[in-house]
Amino acid sequence: MRIVIIDDSGLRATVLEQGLRDAGYDDIHIVPPRGAFVARLERMAPDVVLMDLGSPSRDTLEEMLIVSRALARPIAMFVDQSDEAMIGAAIDAGVSAYVVDGLRKERVKPVLELAVRRFNAFAKMQAELNEARTALSERKIIDRAKSILMNQRNLSEQDAYALLRSGAMNQGKKIVDVAQALITASDLLGGGI
Amino acid sequence: MTTTVKIAFLPLNDAAVLVAARDMGFAEAEGLDLELVRTTSWATLRDRLVFGQVHAAQMLAPLAIAVTLGLSQQPAALAAPYKLNVNGNMLVMATDFAQALDQSVAARLADPLGTAHDFAAAIGLWRRKPIIGVVHRFSSHSMMLRYWLASAGIDPDRDVVLRVLPPSLTVEALRAGEIDGFIAGEPWGSAAVEEGLAETVAIGERIWQRGIEKILAFREAWLEDNAETVDRLLRALARAAVWCDNPANHSALAALLANPRYVDQPAELIGRALSGQIVARSGEAPIAHPDFMLFAREATFFPWRSQALWIYSQLVRWKMVEHSPDNAAKAGAVFRPDIFRRALAESDVAMPGASMKLEGAVDLPLAVGSRRGELTLGPDRFFDGRVFDPEKIDEFLAGFGAPR
Repeated sequence: MRIVIIDDSGLRATVLEQGLRDAGYDDIHIVPPRGAFVARLERMAPDVVLMDLGSPSRDTLEEMLIVSRALARPIAMFVDQSDEAMIGAAIDAGVSAYVVDGLRKERVKPVLELAVRRFNAFAKMQAELNEARTALSERKIIDRAKSILMNQRNLSEQDAYALLRSGAMNQGKKIVDVAQALITASDLLGGGI
Repeated sequence: MTTTVKIAFLPLNDAAVLVAARDMGFAEAEGLDLELVRTTSWATLRDRLVFGQVHAAQMLAPLAIAVTLGLSQQPAALAAPYKLNVNGNMLVMATDFAQALDQSVAARLADPLGTAHDFAAAIGLWRRKPIIGVVHRFSSHSMMLRYWLASAGIDPDRDVVLRVLPPSLTVEALRAGEIDGFIAGEPWGSAAVEEGLAETVAIGERIWQRGIEKILAFREAWLEDNAETVDRLLRALARAAVWCDNPANHSALAALLANPRYVDQPAELIGRALSGQIVARSGEAPIAHPDFMLFAREATFFPWRSQALWIYSQLVRWKMVEHSPDNAAKAGAVFRPDIFRRALAESDVAMPGASMKLEGAVDLPLAVGSRRGELTLGPDRFFDGRVFDPEKIDEFLAGFGAPR
């Protein structure tokens, strides 16, 4: 069964492709949704097209499926359209699948289920990455606030942190927010570091 | 108690009423918390609505009808009790392509019929078919472009290539040479002109003076089950629309829309369409088109059934749907003036006495029967002078000559 993944995020496409290969599918192609991708797709004659739900090229693809002679076969989106839970899961995961050959509908379901899992895994990875990035920048903010306190109030690093922490506790705020407020105030007063 | 309503939209000027309703507090005043969900493609917006992940959507009027008729993926009964705007589209073409047309952009815009014929004559000069971007197969843009092309004998399915792409990708596609021009809602036409990539060839308002654009679409079942929420939402939107129409608020509105969460384009560019000051060629003085985009006046928001049927007539004309009494009835019923009347019964919105009218018959501002307040309809002519009588669809279609 030939599967085409339309995606311009290299990483997501790789995650998806790997999953499909692990599941025993081997005729897999990745096509970025740019330029004449529709013509390329037409030549490949895929059984299933997997696409990121948020991709702006979805409109182009749908139009092509309507007018293309080579691909003018029944289209089933989200495979089994009576399966509401599956559709919901696919939308949540951000995957939309176009079954180009309507006759093989049943065979496509495991592909889509797998794709949903992989899309979710990718989203989780992305979220963790963002979290790590945020954590890093939060630490920088706290460090900067600490050094302001250390310089201006002559505190040790430990005491500076304790001061931020008690400030946060008293105000019912996150330490990073208190630290940010301190930096802003310090900048306004021209006290910077 | 505050009710949350999730509404999907695309980054376009015609999301204005939704944005104003949220950010200017009109929704809040009705106890609503609007959650505006930005999407990039109409396909995604449609799926989010059809599969119940949002409660409502800013939708292309023809798309709502197409989904109801089962023409665009999963069929679903959609209902449109409110129009978000009329007009607001612009057709632009790459600078070298526009060479074949009248060099005075003002003359070009003023005479769409002449421009269509100039364009038809030029098709033979170019070595290949012009590729024109449209935002969706089932868009008012596509309907208007086809209407305009056909007026000069151009067969839109044979003589040109219509390429579908979402509005926010049009400028890039033009830059990459993938299309020769496009018709889209603002600010995308202006963005292409501003970059010197294109010139304005026609504006929607000169093709149909009161051309239907975006509607607010619901799943019919949800609309029926949540009558009270729908009523509150429509009241909030109607007030927001009046605010949007007021020239005094245009710069504030442009600033709201410029937010990266909404249109994410410079406020100055967005403001042109709102204030009807159209820069048709980069560096030239703006041309005034005060009716370029309407949100409230002349009961813009009223969902005339005759307008749904005009769209249906065009779907039939271009062989996108089979003509049958059943299909016509289904298409007409997508627009819900009954819900509009119920929601705004106690408001000061002027309420038309009828739910259908002749489309394209008003030359000069016309006072019409209204249950409350005074209602004046603006000129709504088609540029070719045709009049659409919703009771005589067959006759109207026959007027376009024999099908291909």
